[in-house]
Amino acid sequence: MRIECPWCGSRSEDEFVCGGQSHIARPEPATASDAEWAAYLYQRDNPKGLHHERWLHRFGCGQWFNVARDTVSHNILASYPMTAPKPELPDANGGEA
Amino acid sequence: MKRSRQRLPHARVDTGQPLTFQFDGETFRGYAGDTLASALLANGVSIVGRSFKLHRPRGVFAAGREDANALVQLESGTWSEPNARAALVPLYQGLVAKGQNAWPSPDWDLLAALGLLKKVLPAGFYYKTFIWPNWKNWEGLVRRLAGLGRAPSAPDPQYYLKQTVHAEVVVVGAGRAGLEAALATAQDPACRVLLLDEQEEPGGALLASPDPADRTWLASMLERIAQCPNITLMPRSSVNGYHDHNVLAALQRVGSHLGPQADSAAPREIFWRICAGRVVLATGALERPLVFPHNDRPGIMLAGAVREYTHRYGLTLGERIVFFANNDSAWHTALEMVAHGVPVTAIIDVRLGVAPELLRRATAAGIEDRLGYSVVHTRGRGALRQVLIQRLTEDGGGLQGPRETLDCDLLAMSGGWTPTLHLYSQSGGKLAWREEDTCLVPGTANQAVTAVGRANGDFPQPLHTQAHWLTPGVSSDCQWVDFQYDVTAADIQLAARENYVSVEHVKRYTTNGMSVDQGKTSNVNGLGILALATNRSIPEVGTTRFRPPYHPVTIGAWAGVELGALYQPFQRLPAHTCHAALGAQFVDMGGWQRPECYPRAGESEQQAIAREVLAVRGAVGLLDYSPLGKLEVHGPDARELLNRMYVNNLATLPVGAARYGLMLNEQGIVVDDGVVVCLAEDHFLLHTTSGGAASVHRALEEWLQCEWVALRVLVTNVTTQWATFMLSGPRARAVLAQLSGDIDLGGDAFAHMQFRSGSLCGVPVRILRASFTGEVSFEISVPAACGESLWEALMTAGASHGVTPFGIESLMVLRTEKGFLHVGSDTDGNTMPQDLGWGGAIAKQSVDFIGRRSLTLEVGQDPERLQFTGIALLEESATTVSGAHVLSGDGKSSAGYVTSACFSPTLGRAVALGIVAGARARVGEIVSVYYEGKIQPARLVAPCQVDPAGTRLQADATTPQPVAPQPAAPQPAAPQPAASLHVPQILAVCSPMAGTNSITRKEFRLRHETACELIRLQVFHRDRALLPALTAALGFELPAPGEARRQGSWRWLWSAPGDWLLAVPAGEGSAALKTLRDATAGMWAVATPITDSQVMLVLDGARVRDVLARGCALDLHPAHFGGDRCAVTRFAGVSVLLAPSGGDGFLLLACRSLAVWLRDWCEAVSRDC
Ligand SMILES: [Zn+2]
Repeated sequence: MRIECPWCGSRSEDEFVCGGQSHIARPEPATASDAEWAAYLYQRDNPKGLHHERWLHRFGCGQWFNVARDTVSHNILASYPMTAPKPELPDANGGEA
Repeated sequence: MKRSRQRLPHARVDTGQPLTFQFDGETFRGYAGDTLASALLANGVSIVGRSFKLHRPRGVFAAGREDANALVQLESGTWSEPNARAALVPLYQGLVAKGQNAWPSPDWDLLAALGLLKKVLPAGFYYKTFIWPNWKNWEGLVRRLAGLGRAPSAPDPQYYLKQTVHAEVVVVGAGRAGLEAALATAQDPACRVLLLDEQEEPGGALLASPDPADRTWLASMLERIAQCPNITLMPRSSVNGYHDHNVLAALQRVGSHLGPQADSAAPREIFWRICAGRVVLATGALERPLVFPHNDRPGIMLAGAVREYTHRYGLTLGERIVFFANNDSAWHTALEMVAHGVPVTAIIDVRLGVAPELLRRATAAGIEDRLGYSVVHTRGRGALRQVLIQRLTEDGGGLQGPRETLDCDLLAMSGGWTPTLHLYSQSGGKLAWREEDTCLVPGTANQAVTAVGRANGDFPQPLHTQAHWLTPGVSSDCQWVDFQYDVTAADIQLAARENYVSVEHVKRYTTNGMSVDQGKTSNVNGLGILALATNRSIPEVGTTRFRPPYHPVTIGAWAGVELGALYQPFQRLPAHTCHAALGAQFVDMGGWQRPECYPRAGESEQQAIAREVLAVRGAVGLLDYSPLGKLEVHGPDARELLNRMYVNNLATLPVGAARYGLMLNEQGIVVDDGVVVCLAEDHFLLHTTSGGAASVHRALEEWLQCEWVALRVLVTNVTTQWATFMLSGPRARAVLAQLSGDIDLGGDAFAHMQFRSGSLCGVPVRILRASFTGEVSFEISVPAACGESLWEALMTAGASHGVTPFGIESLMVLRTEKGFLHVGSDTDGNTMPQDLGWGGAIAKQSVDFIGRRSLTLEVGQDPERLQFTGIALLEESATTVSGAHVLSGDGKSSAGYVTSACFSPTLGRAVALGIVAGARARVGEIVSVYYEGKIQPARLVAPCQVDPAGTRLQADATTPQPVAPQPAAPQPAAPQPAASLHVPQILAVCSPMAGTNSITRKEFRLRHETACELIRLQVFHRDRALLPALTAALGFELPAPGEARRQGSWRWLWSAPGDWLLAVPAGEGSAALKTLRDATAGMWAVATPITDSQVMLVLDGARVRDVLARGCALDLHPAHFGGDRCAVTRFAGVSVLLAPSGGDGFLLLACRSLAVWLRDWCEAVSRDC
């Protein structure tokens, strides 16, 4: 696998660490119900198709960034910095779970 | 099988170069250019091995990778290779091989009696039979009978390498189509073309052609390719894996094909990782066997293999050669053989008609034909003697008429051709069924890949194949589909009857195409039989997806040089050589080689630990504490970040003070503990657990980068920049006071949990008073390069106080006696702070911190949570171990366990810590400790068992406190210190590498660079206004990502966003630092001298890129990675900064602690340079 680091360019997968699903909003701890908090901690999507993940360029620049990846074809559709908005991307597989 | 006394004149073997070899103890002769298979055939050896399950006799059946029959044990001893395919082993002088899976020999195999059990060993036999009463009862027996060759039991005498290569176009297969594709794509001179071929010589199927025109064409193409500078032809390389994003894996035989006598400087094999822009698969096609009764007898071969053995190796395999086919290719082969003087007796074809032209030419060549016939039986013990044939019914669904017997000693069969699309399928490409050629061809690609030539189903002549998946009208019991794994048509039919519908399930149930064959010859026939049995078409049945590897990969190649001492990266302590000289017993811990203890002559580990512990309690000990995690946190929001991360209020921590804290993850679980030091209002130092630095750094960065992007904070891991020593014991202060420095060490001026920085023996120093032993301790840090000198200085200064070096095991005993928590040992994946007694403190805290919300979930409130406690065994001399269980009240289940246990030399009895259900409310209770069947009574007690009041921490240096004396064994003498007896005034800088600090090979050199000094400049890069301001302040634009830029004699290297390294000529470091600090004064920037904490290596030589490519996956081609580039990347398993330094030179920067690892690793991978 090759992954595009927004800073360093295309690198081999063994320079990276996957941090799981991205774009998960942290609820306000003081007001979140137990169920909301548990969902934030543990519930993750498992789509067939487009998936947004957080990766760390561990052996490179040390930056976290987002990757939009197709879980069927394994193609990476976009890499973008953590602070960038989620891009509009087509989902070839309809995103069914 | 007929012996070929004379080779045909057009053979590609060199009859001027005879070679002798041994097979099963007998000596034979072959020629250079032979394979073991062709040489065995030439000598008339018909049985080479036995099949896997039923031990049926197996001979050479094909001429390439698809021959799963002729498997041999190649050579013996440490070089030996099991399951070597005779067709792929090039003959060399003195080769020794043995047939496999047979006892005493393949010819006369006593286990062949298993063949009689065929009837009772149907598909799924193992699954159905050995489940009663339990698979374990059978495993031993089955394992003894199963298996093929024997793996060598000692290390390989040769070595293996792994290497990365980049190419714009990768062509797999150097046959006709591959050669053409390579030359065509190489028209663009900027396009690097990598052409891989798996055979001993390139040419693919052309090598089997007797046509002089083919040979001339091949020679001229190879000549043109040799002259093409942008084509790299890699012979003897089989591409075995096609992974995501056009990354391929190939195994190249470098010395392997020469046998055990090969030059030991060259690797045996190189395992390549190929990063391709575009891939062209020119992998040819594989011929399928026909499925008919007793089609597995030695003497029955694939027609294409017969062609190859005839023309490439010049063999005459039989006197009465018969062909059996369902397509035209066999006819062409037969005619070609006759034309070159090898008579063919007959062609049997299942088709009712063939082209009249073919029939006419066959008749003219003296070949009998039988159209619309099938072979229904074969005869011959050991070797083929006769085939029985019978006419097929008009609809092809049965047999009719009488059987006819044909004498024959070689049957050449062709069941059609299948494009070799294993790699295409691995790449995610879908296969499509092509009815007219009865084969699978490329469908839709998933990556940038195309198939060409026969791999794409483009056959040179039309095949006119007619499906004949098995022979109807006769029992399918002995119609073999997978020869090597003994799978028959009947097995597949049985699976269908037992309602296996999915082709993936049928494959696993019958084992068809598993093991050595990997579907190469059995896959499509299996699909055809399943389709017939389930009344479906082949596209309806579908096909199994091929998975890597296409061909087996040696385990040695997977390992590369990562064996023994190079198994994984290690870090060396700054004073490693001092520890080694003192006889330290080292242990790998968290990636560091650390002393466990320093046993003296005649001393056991236990005795050494007891001596070291008592020395710390009674006088003073010295520990190399350098792996202690050290993170610097800078910035206006640094305190805010730490307050959010640590369970403990840091808002009130004054400058110069230290505070202990716990770190949780968002689930509320304790993941680290440490000491936070406030260096300045906006500058903190975190001491994490040893080995926790990387994970804590990562956690801080993840929150900063992903959640709290507005916090203006810089986190830097400085663990390896500082050598840290712990001086601990009542005399610690007295020892340290002997070194010249500007820090007041007096008990009032420098109290417990205070931090001071200043200078010591002329170098910068940071000293923290914390204690993990319960004694007065100073944790003293100096630049890593001065570590060795400081160790020597402290040992010298402490000699008169009885200073004793102690190791990590002794430290663990000291802290267990004191009941100090060790996160990871005394906590598990469920431990929350309230389990450690922090519940009350948290309740009072007003701020939120990571994980706090999770503590209030129901799970956190359970009174039966496992809580941290001391465990005192009631019996005087009892001992226990970590992992022993504390039983529940009814004694029936576990209610927790011992997490730390040791013998306490201070108390003269065992001490233990553990986590036990509800322990905090149960202090004083008697419990049972269970370990390996033994139950011991114990009492739950407070964790701290030595000096619970902590008075020793306040102890005055002049009156050492007595400890409970131990009935001591006579103390072995300490090794004499080698250092001078004078404490140095200035700490010297030492080399990061003990022993040699260079490598000099013919085409590769490595040396330690000392001609420059390094400074690191960091800014908070998310503040977008900072970069322009910095440019203005420096009067220079700092390099962009991946860039290196010169500023006069300075060289700037980009390392991360807002993070640069500056290399300046030696001697100019302090001036440069001052310039930078002045220029950035008032800005939010940090400049740090790091020369002493890094190792700078210069690597050069003609093959430097090969050496680098063995450790990193970067594209190192000058066009992609030139003098104005640099990269932080993974090399030899560790993070390094790599920058081309002109010509064939590279500068490599890494943590100083990795210097020896990097040198040793480069030495191992450059042996052939
Ligand atoms: Zn990066």
